[in-house]
Amino acid sequence: MHTFIFRRLLISIPVILLITMIMYLIINLAPGDPIDMLIGQQALTPAEIDRIRISLGLNEPIHQRYLKWLGQLVQGNLGFSYLDHQPVMDRMVERLVPTFSLMLFVILVSYAVAVPIGVISAIRQYTGIDYLATALSFLGISFPNFFSGLVGIYVFSLKLNWFPTGGLETIGQGFSIMDRVHHLLLPGLVLAFREMGVLVRYTRSSMLDVIRQDYVRTARAGGLSEWVVILHHALRNALLPLITMLGLTIPRLFAGVVIIEQIFQWPGMGRLAIEAILSRDYPVLMGLTLCTAVMVLVGNLLADLLYGFADPRIRLSGRR
Amino acid sequence: MSDLVNEEKPVLSLRGLTTHFKTDLGVVKAVDGLDLDLPAGATLGIVGESGCGKSTVGLSIMKLIPEPPGRIAGGEIIFEGEDLTKLSNREMRSVRGNKISMIFQEPMTSLNPVLRIGETLSEVIRAHQKIPRKAAWEKSIEALDQVRIPSARVRINDYPHEMSGGMRQRVMIALAICCNPTLIIADEPTTALDVTIQAQILFLLGRIKKTLGTSIILITHDLGVIAENTEKVAVMYAGRLVEYADTATLFDNPLHPYTQGLVLTVPRLGARKEKKSRLNVIPGLVPNLLGLGPGCHFADRCTQVMEVCRNLKPEICIHHEKHLVRCWRYA
Amino acid sequence: MQDVADHTARLEIPRQTFRSLAWRRFLRHRLALAGTVIVAVIVLMAVFAPWLAPHDPNHVDILLAREGPSWGHLLGSDLVGRDVLSRLIYGSRVSLSVGLFAVTVYVLIGLILGCVAGYFGGWVDMVVSRMVDAVLSFPVLMLILVIVGLLGPSLFNIILVLGFLGWPEVARIVRGQTLAVREELYVLSSEAAGAPSSRIVIKDILPNIMSPVIVNATFGVARAILIEAGLSFLGMGVQPPTSSWGNMLNDAQSLSILETMPWMWVPPGMMIFIATISINFVGDGLRDALDPKLN
Repeated sequence: MHTFIFRRLLISIPVILLITMIMYLIINLAPGDPIDMLIGQQALTPAEIDRIRISLGLNEPIHQRYLKWLGQLVQGNLGFSYLDHQPVMDRMVERLVPTFSLMLFVILVSYAVAVPIGVISAIRQYTGIDYLATALSFLGISFPNFFSGLVGIYVFSLKLNWFPTGGLETIGQGFSIMDRVHHLLLPGLVLAFREMGVLVRYTRSSMLDVIRQDYVRTARAGGLSEWVVILHHALRNALLPLITMLGLTIPRLFAGVVIIEQIFQWPGMGRLAIEAILSRDYPVLMGLTLCTAVMVLVGNLLADLLYGFADPRIRLSGRR
Repeated sequence: MSDLVNEEKPVLSLRGLTTHFKTDLGVVKAVDGLDLDLPAGATLGIVGESGCGKSTVGLSIMKLIPEPPGRIAGGEIIFEGEDLTKLSNREMRSVRGNKISMIFQEPMTSLNPVLRIGETLSEVIRAHQKIPRKAAWEKSIEALDQVRIPSARVRINDYPHEMSGGMRQRVMIALAICCNPTLIIADEPTTALDVTIQAQILFLLGRIKKTLGTSIILITHDLGVIAENTEKVAVMYAGRLVEYADTATLFDNPLHPYTQGLVLTVPRLGARKEKKSRLNVIPGLVPNLLGLGPGCHFADRCTQVMEVCRNLKPEICIHHEKHLVRCWRYA
Repeated sequence: MQDVADHTARLEIPRQTFRSLAWRRFLRHRLALAGTVIVAVIVLMAVFAPWLAPHDPNHVDILLAREGPSWGHLLGSDLVGRDVLSRLIYGSRVSLSVGLFAVTVYVLIGLILGCVAGYFGGWVDMVVSRMVDAVLSFPVLMLILVIVGLLGPSLFNIILVLGFLGWPEVARIVRGQTLAVREELYVLSSEAAGAPSSRIVIKDILPNIMSPVIVNATFGVARAILIEAGLSFLGMGVQPPTSSWGNMLNDAQSLSILETMPWMWVPPGMMIFIATISINFVGDGLRDALDPKLN
């Protein structure tokens, strides 16, 4: 088990290196000079511009700059934002919690709701419930999440006044968990709507697969009640691929988060990414790339570990 | 044959059993009007090629036919005086695994991979007997002992993937006998195993029959297995019974042309010098169950076919006592 | 049950019957049929846009700005007075072209790479599989955003990016299918007859692995449309004056417009939704028709 983790972490390092390298290349190949953004409206002489350029190290060749960035990274320094000269690390950390809380909420809610629906849909295949669940899941998958966000704000916020229109908390009020949760609900539910659509389909097909298996027939032949057969035998096996799915969920969720954070003015990493791109803030972009790459890899690693724990065929492969 | 066989009171009687399957291309009559008796304490073999309906018979008796697309369309299954077709699902549950149990063909996939075999066994035991967990665990160990799994007390904690195919099939048999059933249906129990293991498993079944007095229905396509392990034999073709007799009688004197063909196809070493050295085969293919004609289903492949065979379906008739055959040649 | 299944499987269904069976199954899927009709309507809308649109979609008229639906402008006008309905109709061209072209690009790449990897195996397979893994472990959205954001937002760039990032999934499927089909009799017999590899791949393997590719491509079109819409919504996709359903929704980020001028954002949003769900239904129907076991 430990060797497994160790080996995975070891393989992850070159992958992250590769990703950051490619990202660095792309960013720097793009047209547009970061200097322009830094200077803004100031009128500076070419000499002054050059001085700024040199001080930021922007005159050096690309590979040198990359290695410097790496060197700084290993020391825990992600550089400084071009925009407001704050440390990149700080800016990212302050955005981490809102995004994470959003993603966590979505994962919990969507799994909790979608899995039972998918299971019921599978065991009552071709009945009314199945069609309803399938219809709803199609709705979830096909509704563009920015549209559902807008609709959500329109209906639940502007017209019904159940939720605030955005933001992390009510301005002026002190820190309050309830307030935070209140603000979290609408963006979270909008994101969860799509995620549930995907999960219901996935659960349903996994369950359908498992129900056809021979061991389910053996369980029935033993005279076990249908409940026991479904819950104890079928579900336990159907859940295994869902665990792997968890690893794939994270990058997908992040894509949705980026858009939702825009709409709901949610101060998270998604919005930071867009700001950074629009303002050509390279250090922040690199930091974000690193962060998302790590997030994806860690997510996959966790999913694989969980799976290995749940499936005895893998857990015990070292036993005999 | 065996003095355990009680001819008078059959433990199971099938009367006109008919099972249908709905497919994209039409309704398939997998079993079409089957009449069969299983004498108590006997092993009845059901033999036929793939697609003849023999597995469907086993599943129908257990009422394990998947409801769409299949269903038991008619007939009676009389077991211990009750017609199983009339039982509700709840009532049937107390029969399955308890009074009638089934062993399937694929031991590699027939056990739940995330459960220890002890858990699988105890679960079935506790479904039918109100005993505490520990007691059920002990009974599971006993069952494993009976199927001759070494170090049962240790191996009961194993997961299926830690066992070989032969061992897994033994576990399946243990599962089948753990509640002392009256009848065991074994559907091609050895087809997926290699020959030496086959012999062991069949021997095991035979021993269980002696010690527990269970009746067995042995479904297989292998005549060799039939010859050595059964007292009675039913031959099926395209969903219908075509011949039924004591095993020895069937091999000595096969009546139906299909049975004759089958018996002839078994290659014999050192048989008397034949002019041809090729293996005997029954010409043609198993018929498409969707396009069956008005006459005998075997007519197209029959070497002794007559005019009437193509136009009318033959009925069962009794040739000598206890030897039934469905063929116009004996009508 | 197994012997009935075996039996019907061995009936050796010829290709003709497979096609007509698949066709029949597709036709039974009412939602897929509805989806096909709607998609056809949208395609027609895109093709005949110049004739269908009542106004020039780019014609600015400040005097008419922010007006609700009226007889002259059935869906009202946007912030600078352009006709919403006309922009909606022309917007279908953007969505459809992204969907079609991006998917075509990545399906082609995926087919070639996947087939080659699956058929030839060895180091070719290894290289391709590593590439697939590498691209799949990328935080793809970051890449898309960065590339499009930096290369400059345009329809062409989006198609390019989606095309070059979407192939690993198809390649994976194709590789798996090729591996399975490679051992089939008809392939082996072609090889035994001495047919050149290219011919075997084209005539024997490709036709038999297309089913899951077609299904995946169909869903891919829906996904591509959503991504383009999202990017345009963020301002990183198709730029005005060209109208895309996504960028038409951009205006709605202002709360006052959101609340008081629904005609500007509801129609494009609904169009994206309708297009996507119709294509998804078609994909589902195709999946049922081509491989019912998968359901």
